[in-house]
Amino acid sequence: MTAAGEFLGFTLVPMLIGTLAAVACAVPGVFLLLRREALLGDAISHAVLPGIVVAFLLTGRIATIPMLLGAAGAAVVAVLLIQFLIRAGRVEPGAAMGIVFTAMFAAGVLLLERSDTSGVHLDVEHALMGSLESLVWLEARGWSSLADPAALSGLPAELGRMALAAAAVALLAALAWRALVIATFDAGFAAVLGLPVAAIGLGLTLAAALAAVAAFDAVGSILVIAMFVCPPAAARLMTERLGPMLGWTLGFAVLAAVLGFVLAGYAPLWLGFPAALSAAGMIAVVSGAILGLAALVGPARRRAAA
Amino acid sequence: MIWQALGLGLGYNATLVTLGAAGLGFAAGVTGAFLVLRGRALLGDAIGHATLPGLAAAFLVMVALGLDGRALPGLMLGAAASAALGAWAVDRLARLTRLPEDAAIGAVLSAFFGAGVVLLTVVQALPTGRAAGLESMLLGATAGMLRNEALTIAAGAGVVTLAALALGRSMLWSAFDPAFARAAGLPVAGIDRAVTALAVAVTVIGLKIVGLVLIVALLIIPAAAARFWADRGGWLVAVAGAIGAAAGYVGAAISSTAPALPTGPIVVLVATAGFAVSMLAAPRRGMLARALRRGAEPAPRAAP
Repeated sequence: MTAAGEFLGFTLVPMLIGTLAAVACAVPGVFLLLRREALLGDAISHAVLPGIVVAFLLTGRIATIPMLLGAAGAAVVAVLLIQFLIRAGRVEPGAAMGIVFTAMFAAGVLLLERSDTSGVHLDVEHALMGSLESLVWLEARGWSSLADPAALSGLPAELGRMALAAAAVALLAALAWRALVIATFDAGFAAVLGLPVAAIGLGLTLAAALAAVAAFDAVGSILVIAMFVCPPAAARLMTERLGPMLGWTLGFAVLAAVLGFVLAGYAPLWLGFPAALSAAGMIAVVSGAILGLAALVGPARRRAAA
Repeated sequence: MIWQALGLGLGYNATLVTLGAAGLGFAAGVTGAFLVLRGRALLGDAIGHATLPGLAAAFLVMVALGLDGRALPGLMLGAAASAALGAWAVDRLARLTRLPEDAAIGAVLSAFFGAGVVLLTVVQALPTGRAAGLESMLLGATAGMLRNEALTIAAGAGVVTLAALALGRSMLWSAFDPAFARAAGLPVAGIDRAVTALAVAVTVIGLKIVGLVLIVALLIIPAAAARFWADRGGWLVAVAGAIGAAAGYVGAAISSTAPALPTGPIVVLVATAGFAVSMLAAPRRGMLARALRRGAEPAPRAAP
């Protein structure tokens, strides 16, 4: 294998998957942060586990479509249950979220432990930490592989799926931009204008669920949570305006994904350590470090005086 | 076998673990009640996940010193240190920047857990490579627990419970009426920090039983369930403690009957069942009681 092939297959492809996952989660994260629903990504990425396990038990194998459906179904159930606890049970929103996602995650773990999943790659650690490093393109022989249909067919399926999810999220955000902005900043005014505020909120939640489910499978829940919260939070400390905030968010998400992936793969070698480190974990650490820097020096870090 | 387990008939270690889990549940219920009353329910999630880098770092330090990397006291110390650091980071982010607390919680949770995952890959690459003890702390595993580990946990749960009871009155005031508490000269910010410290202690004690991913459930669920039974402060805290203790006791007993019943998830599901029953059937505040009242309401209102 040539150096170019190695770079393409073992670095560029997984790095690109990580970057696409970061972008797909960070875009809905901007609006979730402003609506004070930042932990929804956390809740969803835990709550999908029982859906994935049930899909596996029904089909008996690791198949993408049923597992995505199961995860999406579990995400919808979680969102509805949280709303039910808040409305019918008058439970405080934070507590309602905590109850639903921990209970569903516990049920998922129990199902997983009770069923025979030995021999397939489905375990709790994988769900939490992902295995970005393993999403490699073994058929890459060099730059020419990019024009070789036979080699291209060997690309990991996660690449296409993440690209699709990122594109769908971006398209939704672009189409609903004005309505989203108004409903986020002034729900009362949006209602006066005749905008369907409740439907916009639900749509945002579903878009976030879509991004979380698609990314969760590829990169693990820890990276999903980090990308929902850290880049938008850091961007919030950089600017007062929404347009630039989205730009900063995208920049931070891509920076965290690329820098985290490179650090995980190469930093141990520079230090003389024999093995690579977890890429998903390192990307989360870098995104946290970016937020830490923004909290120290970001021009809009302080609350407005008024 | 389940009745034997509930009757503490499965041997000395299983009994210690079950009683320790009940103590842990009580301490978590009481501490969680104060967290939930102050609207800080999900802080426990950040604290739980923030223990992972401390656990892995403590393992690495102990191995470097030539000790057994899995020694529980050292691991608990490391976990407590990084959890405290995480709680401090949430507090700084929420107080000094414009970010809301939920964003601070999500950021700290994911960045710290990410750091822990990175350190775990370092641990796994070591030639000693005996990290199995660390992974069991994600979701708790009481099977094969050593006697002095069970004793450490039971003693820790006792100490936390005593501390929570000693601080109870001032924590109640600051939770129910912060303005009055301040006027009466109580250090509300200091009391908040004390509650946070208790939550860290509960988390660290619960690592082996419930695990760091799900410990937040044991802080939130008993307290949320207790709100359906009581609104007066002292009662609410006592009911939360009782529900937590029952969940810990029953959960640990069920889990000790079979190897494929992981303790943390079972305890959480037992607590959830308690919550569901409370929400449906509690007198006055439960859904059934409220539905019945609504059904009875229109008649008196119709009279002129």
